[in-house]
Amino acid sequence: MSLVLEGVSTVINGQTHIYPTDLELSSGTMNVLLGPTSSGKTSLMRAMAGLDVPTTGKVIWGGKDVTGMRVQDRGVAMVYQQFINYPSMTVYENIASPMRLLGQSKGQIDAAVKKAADLMKLSPFLDRKPLELSGGQQQRCALARALVKDAGLVLLDEPLANLDYKLREELRAEIPKIFEEAGSIFVYATTEPEEALLLGGNTAAMWEGTITQFGKTPTVYRQPVNATTARVFSDPPMNFLDIQKTGDRLLFGDAQSAPASGAFEALKDGSYIAGFRPNHLELAQQAPGALVFTGKLNVTEITGSETFIHLDHHGENWVGLVHGIKALEIGASLNVYLDPKHVYIFAQDGTSVAPAAYAVAA
Amino acid sequence: MNKTVNKKAWFLILPVLLLVAFSAVIPLMTVVNYSVQDTFGNNKFFWAGLEWFEEMLASERMWNALGRQITFSAIILAIEIPLGIFVALNMPKKGFWASLCLVLMSLPLLIPWNVVGTIWQIFGRVDIGLLGYTLAALGIDYNYTQDFYAAWITVIVMDVWHWTSLVALLAYAGLQSIPDAYYQAAKIDQASRWKVFRFIELPKIMGVLMIAILLRFMDSFMIYTEPFVVTGGGPGNSTTFLSIDLVKMALGQFDLGPAAAFSIMYYLVILLVSYVFYTVMTNLDKRDGH
Amino acid sequence: MAKITLENLAHSYLPNPTSEDDFALKELNHDWVDGEAYALLGASGCGKSTLLNIISGLLHPSQGRILFNDRDVTMAPTTERNIAQVFQFPVVYDTMTVRDNLAFPLRNRGADPAYIKERVQQIAAMIGMEDTLNHKARGLTADAKQKISLGRGMVREDVNALLFDEPLTVIDPHMKWELRTQLKSLHHEFGHTMIYVTHDQTEALTFADKVVVMFDGRVVQMGTPQQLFEQPEHTFVGYFIGSPGMNVLSAQVDGDKAVLEGTQISLGKGFDALSGKVELGVRPEFTSLSAGDEGLPVTIKRVEDVGRHKIVRADFHGTEINILAAEGAEISPDLNRVVFDPAGVNVYSDSWRVAPKVA
Repeated sequence: MSLVLEGVSTVINGQTHIYPTDLELSSGTMNVLLGPTSSGKTSLMRAMAGLDVPTTGKVIWGGKDVTGMRVQDRGVAMVYQQFINYPSMTVYENIASPMRLLGQSKGQIDAAVKKAADLMKLSPFLDRKPLELSGGQQQRCALARALVKDAGLVLLDEPLANLDYKLREELRAEIPKIFEEAGSIFVYATTEPEEALLLGGNTAAMWEGTITQFGKTPTVYRQPVNATTARVFSDPPMNFLDIQKTGDRLLFGDAQSAPASGAFEALKDGSYIAGFRPNHLELAQQAPGALVFTGKLNVTEITGSETFIHLDHHGENWVGLVHGIKALEIGASLNVYLDPKHVYIFAQDGTSVAPAAYAVAA
Repeated sequence: MNKTVNKKAWFLILPVLLLVAFSAVIPLMTVVNYSVQDTFGNNKFFWAGLEWFEEMLASERMWNALGRQITFSAIILAIEIPLGIFVALNMPKKGFWASLCLVLMSLPLLIPWNVVGTIWQIFGRVDIGLLGYTLAALGIDYNYTQDFYAAWITVIVMDVWHWTSLVALLAYAGLQSIPDAYYQAAKIDQASRWKVFRFIELPKIMGVLMIAILLRFMDSFMIYTEPFVVTGGGPGNSTTFLSIDLVKMALGQFDLGPAAAFSIMYYLVILLVSYVFYTVMTNLDKRDGH
Repeated sequence: MAKITLENLAHSYLPNPTSEDDFALKELNHDWVDGEAYALLGASGCGKSTLLNIISGLLHPSQGRILFNDRDVTMAPTTERNIAQVFQFPVVYDTMTVRDNLAFPLRNRGADPAYIKERVQQIAAMIGMEDTLNHKARGLTADAKQKISLGRGMVREDVNALLFDEPLTVIDPHMKWELRTQLKSLHHEFGHTMIYVTHDQTEALTFADKVVVMFDGRVVQMGTPQQLFEQPEHTFVGYFIGSPGMNVLSAQVDGDKAVLEGTQISLGKGFDALSGKVELGVRPEFTSLSAGDEGLPVTIKRVEDVGRHKIVRADFHGTEINILAAEGAEISPDLNRVVFDPAGVNVYSDSWRVAPKVA
């Protein structure tokens, strides 16, 4: 059962929440909607589920046009950021509720509930009320309730955002396992690029109501089609620099240049924007032909095994992520090295003209 | 929000529509009908146009009643709102005493209005009422059936006793919704009790207060039962408020035409004020970003 | 700025605590050095907010004392302690402008209006809100409001300590960056004692000079981010810090060798005889896959591409081992062994770290 959105847009009170969007999701896939707050993720999910009727466009589910159909008739399950469970029912009853509504037999319900509880590690808590459980367990209960419905479409709206950091990691590792068991279409909204990468599957990068790119997650990450996608899909944010191409060389300023080889050869001469990820900046020259930039160190942040360096390069704030703990002097002038194969080139309007060489080779 | 369409929902409203039509719309239309007609009895009516309205607007009696009513509502609001807030601020927030306080506060609201009137009528009598007897024993000349001031004070105190709880309960609910962190921040900022009230509590209960003010205004502007039972509108017509006057006219003197015209105007005044309040409230909400 | 001392401090929310389990905060003796930035890191319910509230005076401890610069403030109310606290969600006085918000604490003390004006300007420059000074605080974004909360805390020059209770919870992920670095710069410039409570290890490690890791009401380790990373004193610290956390494997340790499920690996340093439950802890950063004969035999279950590196989830006799591989590295099926860098291996007995024998 595939889900197809054709020209779907949502305009509420004159404000456009989603611009006309086309999207096709196949069954058995995990699809991540990645974007900052208010980029339209929740609105898009609501349009997919049928909670909102789109202002324009059609929603087609398994070949059938379901645009005006109520969500109750559609076979959709949704998990929210706030752990939503029926507070007066036990965990067992909570998980059983969707099946009771569908009128399934007692034996079937019992087996399904036990299976979902096992998967979500809730078996010892079946007779407790949700409010007696911890946050992580409550969310597991909500997830179990969504799974047991065996819905064709499962929507998860930032389900882990209200959980502790470590708990988030644990649950996030479990979600792909659950997903493999079911055969439905999973749609998972998040603001964190790392979550998108960990979940795999496909990713739709969203920005201010539009999907800027949709495809396999590693592809969207390594080969963004425009600067907006690159910005959305980077944490820490991507660094940008104005460059020039003349003849067969790319000029990076400060007498730094690199040969315009590979995909860059075919570019017309002119001004472009170069982008590169913070983890590709290094403090020592690793590759021959690396570019050297000098910046003033603003602040360093240590995360245990890595160090974030915040530099000021000609007025631009750059972030670098280097391995190891480095005790660097604040305010000092610092040299950072960049291998040209990690450089993405974008046109002045943001569209990608050439992905980084390393991304294509991989 | 474009919710999905479900036409069946209209059928659920039908019973209510019928009820409202029967008990409110049709009588209202009847009143409008009476207000533009005149009768000499025997159910013969003839068109009078706006004559009744003009007569009402020129009527000194109507203006006096209106004046009394506005004064009464103003005094009521001026006393009940601050008093209600003050009580709410001092009510305990949790535990056994909180529940007890809530019950005590609700008691005056549960008494039927004519019983309230009767209670105060007896309470204020000099011979058998506790209040009247005490005041007389103290040497104060108190007689609400004959003295203008005594009548007004009695009616006002009765209303305050009856209705302040509503304001207090609403304000209390509003205060409960203020997160602890605000009080903690105020402590850290070394703010005085007054500043805490002015900058934290008052802004946060403003929405609820608006509702309280609106309700109290509407109810006090339409007040009938309680003062009627206690003073009957007297002495003379010193406590004859608008609705009491209206009933005297319609049922006492059987002047249906003027009474109907009066009712319509009365209704329009309340509608206008309520609309103003409603607009203020929704603007407050919008400003808060809801 | 002040030195804060905790003496035999413990707290129970129950009126008559009997056993240790009744205590939300177990007995604690600790010195917070003047001018340092600390992070209190731990999962929900570990007691970190309790500790913060005891320091700020919003909670009186059921046992022990707390001293500011050697002055006993255990029973002193919050107003006397001269601290500033930034809460989980922004607390601003909606009806006042940004300027009035920042001036509020000073006005409450009756400070000189000229001084107030100058100080507000200074603080506004620090938090980058100079051009919104005359706006009403009401309609601003969450991060602007948090900055105002922060500014209001710092406007008093003699503030003893700045306390933060998970302040970035409501902030958008991309603004979290900016605020965090701003906090760090502020600390660098002004040197206040700062205590930051969080459950997010990145926030804790990037912000603090020293991180205090709490678990179940107890301080499990206090150290620099590097110490916590390379030598976690407790398996909880190893698990909680680092993403993914430390791999913990049961083992038998004999001298400078360890045996895990029949495979022997060399530890590079010697250990005395160990008692209790013995485990090895190795962070994924110190592991690598190999196709050779050395190391533990593993089966690769999943490979996750996290962008800047890959996480290989391997199975070793039912226990999961996480291994980090470089971005773009080939993970071929014949890589069936995992090798540990001895410098990154720690030995634990009953979950507490055992120091190696000094040669």
